[in-house]
Amino acid sequence: MLLQLDSVSKTYKDAHSTVHAVEDVSLQISEGEFVAVQGPSGCGKSTLLLIAGGLLKPDAGTVKVDDQDPYSMTPDSRAEFRAQKIGFVFQQFHLVPYLSVLENIMAPGMAANCTSSEIRERALHLTERFGLADRRHHVPAKLSSGERQRAAMARALLNQPKLLLADEPTGNLDHENAETVLNDLSEFAANGGAVLLVTHDERAVAHAQRGIILQDGKIATASAVSGAE
Amino acid sequence: MTVWKLALREIRHRKFSFLMGVISVATAVACLVGAQTLLRADRVITEQLLTEKQSEIEDAVAAKEEAVKQAGAELEDAMRKHMKGLGFNVLILPIEQSRSELLLNGMTASMPESYVDKLASSKIVSVNHLLPSVSRRVQWPEHNREVILIGTRGEVPILHRGLKKPLLEEVAEGKIVVGYEIHKDLKLKVGDKVTFKEREFTVSALHPERGSTDDVTIWINLGQAQEILGMQNLINAILALECGCTGDRISVIREEIAAILPGTQVVEKYSEALARAEARAKAKESAESSLTREKESGVALLQQEEQARNQLEQQHAGFASVLVPLVLIGSVVTIFLLALMNARQRTEEIGILRAIGFKSKQIILVFLSKAMLIGIAGGLAGIVLGFWFGWSLGGVASNGINWQKLFEADSLTLTIAMAPVLAIVLTGIASWLPALIAARQDPAIVLQSS
Repeated sequence: MLLQLDSVSKTYKDAHSTVHAVEDVSLQISEGEFVAVQGPSGCGKSTLLLIAGGLLKPDAGTVKVDDQDPYSMTPDSRAEFRAQKIGFVFQQFHLVPYLSVLENIMAPGMAANCTSSEIRERALHLTERFGLADRRHHVPAKLSSGERQRAAMARALLNQPKLLLADEPTGNLDHENAETVLNDLSEFAANGGAVLLVTHDERAVAHAQRGIILQDGKIATASAVSGAE
Repeated sequence: MTVWKLALREIRHRKFSFLMGVISVATAVACLVGAQTLLRADRVITEQLLTEKQSEIEDAVAAKEEAVKQAGAELEDAMRKHMKGLGFNVLILPIEQSRSELLLNGMTASMPESYVDKLASSKIVSVNHLLPSVSRRVQWPEHNREVILIGTRGEVPILHRGLKKPLLEEVAEGKIVVGYEIHKDLKLKVGDKVTFKEREFTVSALHPERGSTDDVTIWINLGQAQEILGMQNLINAILALECGCTGDRISVIREEIAAILPGTQVVEKYSEALARAEARAKAKESAESSLTREKESGVALLQQEEQARNQLEQQHAGFASVLVPLVLIGSVVTIFLLALMNARQRTEEIGILRAIGFKSKQIILVFLSKAMLIGIAGGLAGIVLGFWFGWSLGGVASNGINWQKLFEADSLTLTIAMAPVLAIVLTGIASWLPALIAARQDPAIVLQSS
C-alpha cells in the first residue's frame, strides 16, 4: 500500500467557530492506482491532500506513505521524505517566478540531494517529454497556462516520486491542456505510481480508476469509476 | 541548480531590494573605512607637517647660527684688521701736561712745533699718521660763547714711508670748520662768513652731530690758531693715528717716541676701532639672543601646530566615534527590514520550496547567500567609497601625500581587509531572523491561503 490514511481528522478552530475539515477519513491507494476525490468547495478535499502529502499534521489518525509515517519524522526529514516520495501539482502552478522552466523543474532535485548532472539530465528529459524543450529557458511569466501546468507536472516528476498529489490541476486549463495533464497523470499511474487527484472536473474523474466523494469532511461515496482504464 | 544560483536569480528578479541592501552596507562600510582613512590621513599629515615645520625651523636656526658664526668671524677679522690697520690712536703731549688738567680743562701745556717734523723725519715705525695741533677753550667774543679752538695743519707725512694719501686734510688759511652745536645755534652754512677774534673766516665744512666735544669745536689753520692764541711755533699735541703694533703695543710706542722726543708723554686715545668692535660684539650678542629666541619660538610654533593638529584629530575621532556606530546600527536595521520585507515577499515561493522538499536550513542558506552577496558587494563598494571619502576629506592629495603612507600603519590595512568580513557578518546578523522566519513558514498555510 503506497498511501494509507486511517481515521484521519483535522479541525480548524478560531475564536468564533470550529470547522471539521476532515473527519474520520480512511483511505488506501496502491501502486498504479489513480484516485479522484470530488466534493463541493470547503468539503475538506485540499486539507485531505495536504495531510496525505505530509504537509499538514492531522489531529487524529495515522498517515503512512510507502509504509512510513511522515509525521513521526522531524520537519527536515519529512521535507526530504516529501522530496523523494511525493510529487505535488497545484491549480495555481506555483512555479518560482524568477527561475526558468528548466530551473523550476530542477528545483526538487536540490531538495533530494541529487547530483547536479543527474538532475539536469532528468530535467532535460522531462522538458522533452512535456513538450517544453523550446521553452526551457523561459520564465513562467512568458508561458501559457498549459505550459505552466506542464512545467509543474515535470517538476513534480523530477525525483521520480511514488505518489503524485494533484490539487485541481486542470482548474485553470482549457480542454486540450486539461486533457494532456490528465493523460500524464494516468500515464504516471500506469507506470506504477499512485495518484490522488482532488478536483471538481468531471473529465478528470473520468481518468481515475476510483472516485471518492467527500461531504463535510467525510467520505460520502467511494466507488470505482466506470470510465477508468 | 545550487543555492547560489537560486540566490542570484532572486537578486536579478528583485534588483531594487538587492540594490537597497548593497547601498545600506556600502554606507556603513564607507563610514567605517572613511573614518579610518580620515583619521590615518590626519595622522600622516600631522607627521608630515610637523616634520616639514621642524625642518624649516632647523633650517632657519641653522641659517641664523651660520649668520652669528659669520658675524663672529667677521668681528674677529674686523678687530684684527682694525687693530692691525688702524691700530689705535695715541696723543703725544708735552711731558708737563697734567692728565687731570687734560681731562678737566683740555690741553694746557705746549711743546715746539718742530717736534712733529722731528718725528716725521725719524725712522719711527709704530705710528702711521701725525697730526700736530693746538687746542684751547676760548671765548668767541663775536657770538659771546665759549668754544674749543683747534688749530691744525693737517697730516704731516712720515718721510721714510713716502707720500701717502693723508687721513685728514689741512684746514686752509682763512677757512673754518664748525662743530654741530655751534653751526646749529648760529644757523651757519658752508660758504658763510664768520668773524672770530676780529678775523674773518669762510665756513668750509660743517660737522654732523658727534656727541662729543667736537660738537662745540671750531677748526682753523694751525698758523692762524697759533697767532690768535699767541703760541707761535708751539703746539699742544701730536695725534698719532693707526698705531700698528703687536703685543704690548703702547709700551712699544712709548719706547720708540721717548727715544725720539724725550720731553713728551704718550697717552692712548680711545679708538673708534674699539667702539666699532664693541658695537659688533653687541651685535653678535644680539644675534645670539635672537638665535635663542628663534629656537624658542620654533619650539613654541611646533608645539602650537602639534596642538592644533591634535585638536583636529580629536574632533574627527570624536565625530567618527559617534557617526560610525550610528550608521552601523542604521545599516543593520535597514538590512533587517529589507530582509524581513524580502521574506514576506517570498512567502508563497518559500512555501512551494518547502512543499517540494526544501529543508529549513536550505531556505536559511538561500537567504544567507543573498545576504553574503549583499555584504560582499556592499563591502567592496564601501571600501572604495570610504577610501575616496577619507582621501578627499583628509586632504591627502592636496597635501601631496603618497597614498602608500596611509597603509604604513596596520590599522587602516586591517580595517580594509576586515571590512568585507564585517559587511558579511553585518548582513548575516541582520538577515538571520528574517531567514529563520521564512524557514519556519508552514507550507500548508501558504498553500491553503493561495
